[in-house]
Amino acid sequence: MQLEELITRFQQKDTFAFERLHAMYAENIFGVINTIVKDDNLAQEICQDVFVKIWNNALHYNSSKGRFFTWILNIARNSAIDVLRSKNYKNQKKNLSADYFVSILENAPEENETTVNTVGLRKLVSKLKEKCIKVIELLYFKGYTQKEVSEELDIPVGTVKTRNRSCISQLRENMQE
Amino acid sequence: MNTKEYIESGVLELYVAGQLSEEENLKVAEYASLYPDIQKEIEAIEASVLALSKTVAPKITLDFTKVYEKIKNSSKVIPLKEHKTNWTAYMGWAASILLVIGGAYLFNQNKELESQIKIVEEQRINLEEQINQANTSLVKSEELLTTIRDKNITVVALGGQEVSPTSYAKVYWNKSEEKVYIDAQGLPEPPDGMVYQVWSLKLNPLTPTSVGLLEDFISDDNRIFNLTNANASEAFGITLEPAGGSKSPNLEQLYTLGVVSSS
Repeated sequence: MQLEELITRFQQKDTFAFERLHAMYAENIFGVINTIVKDDNLAQEICQDVFVKIWNNALHYNSSKGRFFTWILNIARNSAIDVLRSKNYKNQKKNLSADYFVSILENAPEENETTVNTVGLRKLVSKLKEKCIKVIELLYFKGYTQKEVSEELDIPVGTVKTRNRSCISQLRENMQE
Repeated sequence: MNTKEYIESGVLELYVAGQLSEEENLKVAEYASLYPDIQKEIEAIEASVLALSKTVAPKITLDFTKVYEKIKNSSKVIPLKEHKTNWTAYMGWAASILLVIGGAYLFNQNKELESQIKIVEEQRINLEEQINQANTSLVKSEELLTTIRDKNITVVALGGQEVSPTSYAKVYWNKSEEKVYIDAQGLPEPPDGMVYQVWSLKLNPLTPTSVGLLEDFISDDNRIFNLTNANASEAFGITLEPAGGSKSPNLEQLYTLGVVSSS
């Protein structure tokens, strides 16, 4: 079934279509949330809430305004940041941008490395330059604007767009290897 | 349009990141629908970001049933609420309809009872009137009886004549009070426009004098008529005359005749 048809049926409150979309995107959304909250259980909880939100706001999605993944990515980012702000209000925001997701992979338990999938994914990241990881994480996973990224990384605004382009290209190359 | 240049500008990466304005988003979506290269590029960018985001997901299996339970609960809550409000609304409507029906029913019942009371009241009045009438006629009958039994009364029986052999009548004559009571029970009802006239007769020579008319013969229940008679009558006769009576009797229409006994 095509993605467009799945989305249409999901918007008509078809739970089977929704389950398919969950299967397609839940892990990605889980990952994005985890880079923000850095807590497996909390991330899992937020991930469930995000999909409930998606279901309840299904009719707010409009394909002419962007990709379906972009829409749920935005909902996930906002939900995770909201939770983090309400929970860690006293702990300052220092961790929000300091750690990059490579650290998540590095801290993962050893046994996970045995699966082929994980190994492949690690290769995907390990070949990325650190400046690429930073740009991609801020733009895609944390929802920073180009201006915010330029301030965070201390690079000109115009450079954010081109660097991002070359980093994504690098990522795509890594995927094909 | 140079799609290659457009692709290399990096705008599509920002599109997938959701970092474009609404206007820019619409433009990109439009180009994507027009140029397959652009659509392909967007999908490839998205695929790479999807792959990357997977790498940072904790290795926990995400169970859809948990999400399913939550949406089932939340979507159950909404129709339940609607159901509740609908239910109360229906109850409200039903109650008001019942109230209207009940009110109309009671109103009708009340009307019916009121009209029944009226009917009963009318019947009561009728019965009272009948009792009154009965009382009056009882008094009259008693008076009549007293009159007839009076020792001064002379009773004269009038027998049927040629015109109507089966007819008969009685005259109760109180000479001292100069009153006569005519019992006309034995006379047939007079035809329209005719009336019975009572005559006092002297026999030698035969001289009739009108005593009076038996007016309202048909409507009179007991058929007893009260007249005045100051004559020294020797006989009484009753003839049928035109309405209003005649000066002299039409002997051809003589219904009854009787002679006063000398005693």
